[in-house]
Amino acid sequence: MSNIYFTKQHEYVKVEGDTGFCGISNFAQEELGEVIKVILPEVGKKVSKGDEICYVESPKESAKVYAPVSGEIVEVNSKLDDEPELINNDPYGEGWIFKIKISNPDEINELMDEEAYNKFIEG
Amino acid sequence: MNKKREPLIFELSEESKKGYSLPEIDVEDKDYIPEDLIREDMGNLPEVSEVEIVRHYTALAHYNYSVDEGFYPLGSCTMKYNPKINEKTASLEGFLLSHPYSPYELVQGNLRLLKTLENILSELTGFPYFTLYPSAGAHGELTGMLMIRKKLELSGNPRKIVLIPDSAHGTNPASSHFAGYDVKEIPSGKDGYLEVSKVKEFLNEDVAALMMTNPNTLGVYEREIKEIAEVLHKNGSYLYMDGANFNALMGYVKPAELGVDVLHLNLHKTFSTPHGGGGPGAGPVGVREDFEEVLPIPVIKQDNEGKYIVDFNRPNSIGKIRSFFGNFGVLIKALTYLLEMGAEGLKQATELAVLNANYIRENLKDTYELPYKTGTLHEVVFSEESFKKFGVKTVDIAKRILDYGIHPPTVYFPLIVHGALMIEPTETESKRTLDTFIETMKKIHKEAETNPELLKEAPHYTPVRRLNEVLAAKKPKLKYKKEE
Amino acid sequence: MRYFPNSEKSIKAMLNSVGVNSIEELFDTIPKSNLTKDEINYGKPLSESELISYFKKLEVENRVKDFKLFLGGGSYYHFIPEVVNYLSLKGEFVTPYTPYQPEVSQGTLQATFEYQTMISDLLGMEFSNASLYDGATAAAEGLLLAWRVTRKRKFLIAKSLHPEYIATIKTYVKNLNIEFDFIDFNDEGRVSKEDFDKKYNDEIGGILIQSPNFFGIIEDYKWIKEKIGDNKTLLISVIAEALSLGLLKPPSYFGADVAVGEAQSFGLYPYFGGPTLGFIATSNKKFLWEMPGRIVGETVDADGEKGFVLTLSTREQHIRRERATSNICSNQAWCVIRAAIFLSVYGKKGLKELAKQNMLKANYARENLEKAGIKTKFSGPIFNEFVIEVNDAVSLHKRLLEKKIVAGIPLNWFYPDDKNSILLTFTDMNSKDDIDELVKTLEEENE
Repeated sequence: MSNIYFTKQHEYVKVEGDTGFCGISNFAQEELGEVIKVILPEVGKKVSKGDEICYVESPKESAKVYAPVSGEIVEVNSKLDDEPELINNDPYGEGWIFKIKISNPDEINELMDEEAYNKFIEG
Repeated sequence: MNKKREPLIFELSEESKKGYSLPEIDVEDKDYIPEDLIREDMGNLPEVSEVEIVRHYTALAHYNYSVDEGFYPLGSCTMKYNPKINEKTASLEGFLLSHPYSPYELVQGNLRLLKTLENILSELTGFPYFTLYPSAGAHGELTGMLMIRKKLELSGNPRKIVLIPDSAHGTNPASSHFAGYDVKEIPSGKDGYLEVSKVKEFLNEDVAALMMTNPNTLGVYEREIKEIAEVLHKNGSYLYMDGANFNALMGYVKPAELGVDVLHLNLHKTFSTPHGGGGPGAGPVGVREDFEEVLPIPVIKQDNEGKYIVDFNRPNSIGKIRSFFGNFGVLIKALTYLLEMGAEGLKQATELAVLNANYIRENLKDTYELPYKTGTLHEVVFSEESFKKFGVKTVDIAKRILDYGIHPPTVYFPLIVHGALMIEPTETESKRTLDTFIETMKKIHKEAETNPELLKEAPHYTPVRRLNEVLAAKKPKLKYKKEE
Repeated sequence: MRYFPNSEKSIKAMLNSVGVNSIEELFDTIPKSNLTKDEINYGKPLSESELISYFKKLEVENRVKDFKLFLGGGSYYHFIPEVVNYLSLKGEFVTPYTPYQPEVSQGTLQATFEYQTMISDLLGMEFSNASLYDGATAAAEGLLLAWRVTRKRKFLIAKSLHPEYIATIKTYVKNLNIEFDFIDFNDEGRVSKEDFDKKYNDEIGGILIQSPNFFGIIEDYKWIKEKIGDNKTLLISVIAEALSLGLLKPPSYFGADVAVGEAQSFGLYPYFGGPTLGFIATSNKKFLWEMPGRIVGETVDADGEKGFVLTLSTREQHIRRERATSNICSNQAWCVIRAAIFLSVYGKKGLKELAKQNMLKANYARENLEKAGIKTKFSGPIFNEFVIEVNDAVSLHKRLLEKKIVAGIPLNWFYPDDKNSILLTFTDMNSKDDIDELVKTLEEENE
C-alpha cells in the first residue's frame, strides 16, 4: 500500500485526497491481543498531531491512540461498537477507527511509509 | 482439589423447599398497601433447604484459595495472616447490635473505641488528627484530596493539577480526577525513586499536590521525600502520601515528620483486618494540625465531663463522605490487632517483613531479572526479561505457580516494569514457606526454558482452567437466567 | 509474638543468606534524617484474654442491649439466620484477596455472581455490579453514571432522599461542575408533581427518587418516566431499605434506568453503621461500560467448562487510571457473600413473608398511635417506618430513654427547623407487646 503512513506509536493514516482513514497497525493489534472495546473520538473534534484522542481495549489493557496528523474528525467507525474484533481481523480495512480531514499535509512527510515502519518494528 | 463444578444455587431450587423459619405474625394481616404497588414476581430467588445452603457455600469455599490455606505473596496487598481473635472481638453483640442513630449516651463504648483507634494511628504516624470513615484505600485518597482541595480553596485558589509518579497505583490518578484535578505523571528516577530535581521541573502555580507512595510500588524507599516536601511547600503545594506500604515503616518512620501533609492507611493491609475477598476495608486519613477544620463530618470529641459527643457543626468541613461512621466492624479488628501487637510488636512486624522480602530477593535475583538494583524494603519486583526469550509471558509464570498450590505474586504492576512480578511475603511467613516458594519459582523458570508449553497451558490442577476473559467481556453475562 | 513463625535460628540463617549482620542494616536505604527519634508508644501489648476483657468492657459501655429499639433510617434490625454467620465466617471467604486469579477464586466469584443475580432480579434490572461501599456512595455513583452517559450537568433530587445520601452526593459532585436542585414533597410525603413540573426541563441529566423514602413513604412514581418522555434524562431509583423489595414493586416497574441503594438489611447487622453493602444496577446494556466498580461475569475455561471472572475491567482505575468510571477498588465483597446466603435462606417465599411482617407491624403501630391521638405526619402508604408529629420531639425522645425505649430518630437531627417530628421504625425484631408498650408510653409522655 503506497498511501499508508505510520507513527512510532503504531497508528496509521491511509491518505485519500485531503482526508485519511486512521487506525492502529497490524503489529499494534497483535501486541494488544483481542480487542473487546473501542472508545471512539467525537465527530467534529479538531485535533493536533500527537493528541490522545481515543482508546482501544483488550481485557486487561486500555491502549491510547494518538492523532497521526492534525485535522478534524469527520467520521468514526461506529461498526466497532458492536464488532470491536474488526480491529484484529482487518486493521487496515474494516477496522479503521476514524476519518480525519487533514489540515496540514506536510505532517505526512514526518511519518514512516510501510517499508520504514516494517524496519522500525523489527528494531 | 475437587474438579466437579458446584451448580448455581438457583439450579438447586425447587418449589416448596425452604431454608428459613419465621415466627407467626403477631399482628393482624390487613391490606395496607395499594395492590398495584405489591410485587408478584420474585425473579430467581431460590427455594432451597438449609442443608443444601450449607453444602453449597461450603463447596464454594473449597474453590477459594485464602491466607488461611497458604502463602499469598501479592505485592502491595500485604496479605498477612489474619488473627482469629479479631473476628471474636468484632462480633460481640454490643457492637453488632448498636445502631448508628442510637443516642450517644448509649454508644459511648463505640465512640471511645473509635477515639482510641484515632489516637493510636496518630502515635504511629505523627499526624494529630485522623478520620476513620473512608471505607477503603481509594476512598481515603478521595477524602484526602478533597481535604487538600478545600484547604487550597480556603486560601483562595484550589489549583488544577496533581502530580503522580508513574509507579503509582491506579487509584491515585482516579481519586485525584474525582476531586476535580487533572493528573500529570512524573517519571521515576533511574534508581526507582522520585528525584527532587524532577519534581522541580514539574512545579508551577497550578500544582495542588503530589501524591506519592512510600516505600513505592517497587519496594524502594523514597529517599528524597523530605526534600520533595520542602519544594512542594515552597510552591504552596501539598504532599499526599499513599500509606498502602506502611507495613515497611512501622516504628522506623513517622510520615508526618517527613513533611507529609495528608496520609491514608489501609487497615485491611497493614493491620490485618482481613481482605474478605476484596473488601470491606478501611482507609483512615491522617492530617497535619491545620487540616482539622476540613475533616469530614462528624468529628468525635470529648466534652468537659469526658463524655464522647459527635460534632456535625463544622462550616469548613468537606462534608460527609459516606453514611454513618465508616466500616465500624473493620475498625474494631484493626484496634484489636494494634492492641495485641503493641509498639514493639509492630516494629518487629516491619523488620521481619523486610527481612522476608530481602531473603526472597537475594535467592531469586540470579534466576529472575531485577530491573532496579536499589535496596528494597517489604517487597521486590522482578521483570519478564529472564524468561521472555523462551516465549513465556509473566501471566504464564503466574498461572503455573497456581499448579504448585501457591498464590502468584501481583503481576504486570507497577507499569514501569515490563511483565512485572511483584512479591510481598509479609512477616507472617516462615523460612520454610519462603524456601518452598523460592524453589518453586526456580523450578518454574527451568520449566519455562525446557517446556514452555506446560506454562502456556497452565494451570492444570485448579478447579477450573484458564478462563476466557474475551468472551466474558464481549458477551457480558452477569446473572443467571432460567431459560438457559 | 504468636503471628511470627520464624525461630531465632531461621532469622539468623536468613540474615546470613541476605548478607547482613542485623535486621537494622536492611533499613539502610532510609536516610538517617528520615528515621523517627520518637519511639512509638501506646501501652504494652495485650494477651488474648486481656483483649477479650478490653472489648467486653467497651461493649457494655454501649447500653443497647437493655433498650427497646425502634430505629431505622437506613440501618435496620432484621433477624439473621445462623447459617449466614456460620458460612460467611469460613476462612476461605474471610481471608482471600480480590479474585484477580479466577482459577483459585471461583468460590468468591460464583457467590458474587449469585448475589448479582438475586439483587438485579429483586430490582428488576439486567446488570448489577459486585458492590459499592454503601447506599450513600452508591447514590453518588448513580448520579455520576447518569452524568457520564447523558453529558448533562444538572440533576433533580427528591427532598425526601436520605439526608446522609444527599450530603454524600454533595461532597462527591462538588468539584465536578455538577449542580442539583431538590423536588419538594406533598402532604402524602410523596414527590410533589407541581414542584417537579416547575423544576424539570430537558437540561436535567437525572432524577433521584427514593422509595420508601426517608420518611418511610412508598412512592408511586410512574408518572415521572412519562413526563421525561423522550428526553435524555435518567430516572434513578434509590432504595435505603432493601427488604422492601420483598414486598413492593421493583424500580423497573416505575421505569428506572438505574437502581442504587443499601442492602445492609440482607444479612448485615446495624453494627454502628458499617460494614454496609451498596449496590448499583441498570437495565440498559449501553450503560454497562459506564458502571463503577467490579463486575463478575460468566464465561468458560480452556476445557469449555463454566466459570466466572471479573469482567469489563478496563472501566476500572487499575487500567484506565484517571479515565476510570470510578476510583473504587476495594468494595464490600464479604458482605456480598452474606447477602447471597441470606437471600438463599429466605428465598422467594421467605423474603416476601419477612417483608410483609415488617409492613404489618409498622402499619399496626401507625393505626394504634393514631387511635391514641398521635398524629402521623404524612398520609401516604408505608413499609416499615413513618414519621409522627409530637410536641418537642427531642425532649420526648429523651423522656422515653429513661423508660428504656429508644423511640426512633428525632428529625431535628437532620432538619434543624423541624422540632416536632420523629421517624419510628418497626421490623420483624419488634414484638406486638413492645409496640403496644411504645404506643402507651408515647401517649402518656406526649404532652
